[in-house]
Amino acid sequence: MFTKILYTFLIGGGICLIGQLLIDLTKLTPARILVGVVSLGVLLGALGLYEPLFDFCGAGVSVPLLGFGGNIAKGVREAVDEQGALGILTGPFTAAAAGCSAALIFGYLAALIFRGGRKTA
Amino acid sequence: MEQNDNSQKDILFSVRRENYAERVKRHTPPSALAPDCLKAFLIGGGISALGELLAFLYRSLSVREEQVYPLVTVTLIFLSALLTGIGVYDRIARHAGAGTLIPVTGFANAVVSPAIDTKSEGPIVGVGAKIFTVAGPVILYATLAGAIYGAIYFLIGIFA
Amino acid sequence: MQKNLFFPDGIGFHSYAAVGGCEEGRGPVGRGFDLIDDTDRFGAGTWEKAESEICRLSLNLALKKGKIDAGQISILAAGDLENQCVASAYGLAPFNIPYLGLYGACSTLTEGLIAVSCHLAAAGGDEGLFGAVVTSSHNAAAERQFRTPLEYGAQRTPSAQWTATAGGAFLLRPSHGKARITAVMPGRIRDGEVTDGANMGAAMAPAAADSILSYFEKCGENPEDYDLILTGDLGRVGSDLLREILDEKYAGKKHALSDRHDDCGLNLYDFDLQDVHAGGSGCGCSAAVLAAKFLPAVERGEIRRMLLLSTGALMSPSSIQQKLPILGIAPLVRIEYRA
Repeated sequence: MFTKILYTFLIGGGICLIGQLLIDLTKLTPARILVGVVSLGVLLGALGLYEPLFDFCGAGVSVPLLGFGGNIAKGVREAVDEQGALGILTGPFTAAAAGCSAALIFGYLAALIFRGGRKTA
Repeated sequence: MEQNDNSQKDILFSVRRENYAERVKRHTPPSALAPDCLKAFLIGGGISALGELLAFLYRSLSVREEQVYPLVTVTLIFLSALLTGIGVYDRIARHAGAGTLIPVTGFANAVVSPAIDTKSEGPIVGVGAKIFTVAGPVILYATLAGAIYGAIYFLIGIFA
Repeated sequence: MQKNLFFPDGIGFHSYAAVGGCEEGRGPVGRGFDLIDDTDRFGAGTWEKAESEICRLSLNLALKKGKIDAGQISILAAGDLENQCVASAYGLAPFNIPYLGLYGACSTLTEGLIAVSCHLAAAGGDEGLFGAVVTSSHNAAAERQFRTPLEYGAQRTPSAQWTATAGGAFLLRPSHGKARITAVMPGRIRDGEVTDGANMGAAMAPAAADSILSYFEKCGENPEDYDLILTGDLGRVGSDLLREILDEKYAGKKHALSDRHDDCGLNLYDFDLQDVHAGGSGCGCSAAVLAAKFLPAVERGEIRRMLLLSTGALMSPSSIQQKLPILGIAPLVRIEYRA
């Protein structure tokens, strides 16, 4: 268990470190980096590289947004296998559903409950 | 007076001639790369490790294996929404940079923060419309990339 | 053609007031403020209304300190950073004073001082006339409008500046008072080809340099003739750039300018204790620092002659996203001590 958590820490941290290098050394904005990471996740999933990584370090790749992309690739593949061409459209949203819905619903609830405060220097 | 105006033009030209962009670059302090990277690594790694710890927890509660990681994701999104709501997430993020941006907690923060922020514009044109202002690109391009892969996979399936 | 106008008897500062938020109160000029609200909310339900309250409170305080009535004021010029300058409009509507809504981004203070002193001079320049200038900014309102939601976890670059939650109100009266505006010169829009929205100081420095050089050239004066050349919110990056450009122009008498230059954005916060990156900015920055620190120094005679240039970055979120260069402007006002 501890070795797996260690791997998770190292790989999750490593992905963030690469992201930080992109922020500091290039003119890429955070939004662009996120789009890049998600798309990379889809690409890794499509090439069949995401799942071995996931088996190796679980949350190390699934917690960084790479996992969002990897899941989408997997979901699309399964949807196309089951539904044919229609799966091209249903796959991405189905695979992203849990994360997106959770974020939206918790976001809405947070807006109901919290007022938001000033920024502190 | 004419003369004055010419010399004033000269001020502008000289700013260009001396290559103002070079000057700006020289005076603009760079980000503190090493500490930034270290903090991003530690905090990003920490959030991932927390995810794995939660996975062990859910397994020990005999959650079915295919639901373990989706539950982990949802839990982290919940925690991020909570920390965003009480105004803590952005304070951590100021130091963590990519360490809080790239994990799924960053995605949650990108959805939750505009929702709280636009409360003053009402539930429909405020929260409802603006909730995607930051996270919208991620959802669009993830869906697009997924659909493109789906189309390719489908075509390969037909012809192979 | 750029022209400087002189007011031989001066347009005096009758009274003035500064209002600020929590971070501003904690800063080095915090004690100079007339009112600090540690919540930054000023009793209002939204950040935008809070900024309107800053406008209203600062003008109210200035009127009280000057012991005059709003009805005596013949012109009020005001501006802020909110879309269509609504913070000033809503905050100042109750005073019922003839109103000029100005937009000069963070240069609005000197823009307003120029407009009002010209109005007072044109109206005859007698001591019974009053005019007022109010400018304000609110960190939270500006973040929401120009950058990201307040709770969004963004990391800012070292060149970024901190929009001040502050405002200042100035009542002007011809030929009266110890601190007087004796010359004014509108600035010209300058393009330093800076497109980075997190480096406003660099975008505004060419405008400040242009206004200062052009003013000295027209007057035949030198930086040595002044105790202080005060810019609005160039911050660390912009101030360094301005000092370098001007020291090169005045080479031979080197450091004549950099010794005399100071920036309101460098005065508002404590860089060791407050994480404000390159310094303060916003319409309220130069107004609050002028009212809390430098005008009292002029009135005490510690500063005999100074130039004030509030610096503005003319841009919008759309212009930044469309990668247009950020334009700079720096209207200039000369303030002198009169015994």
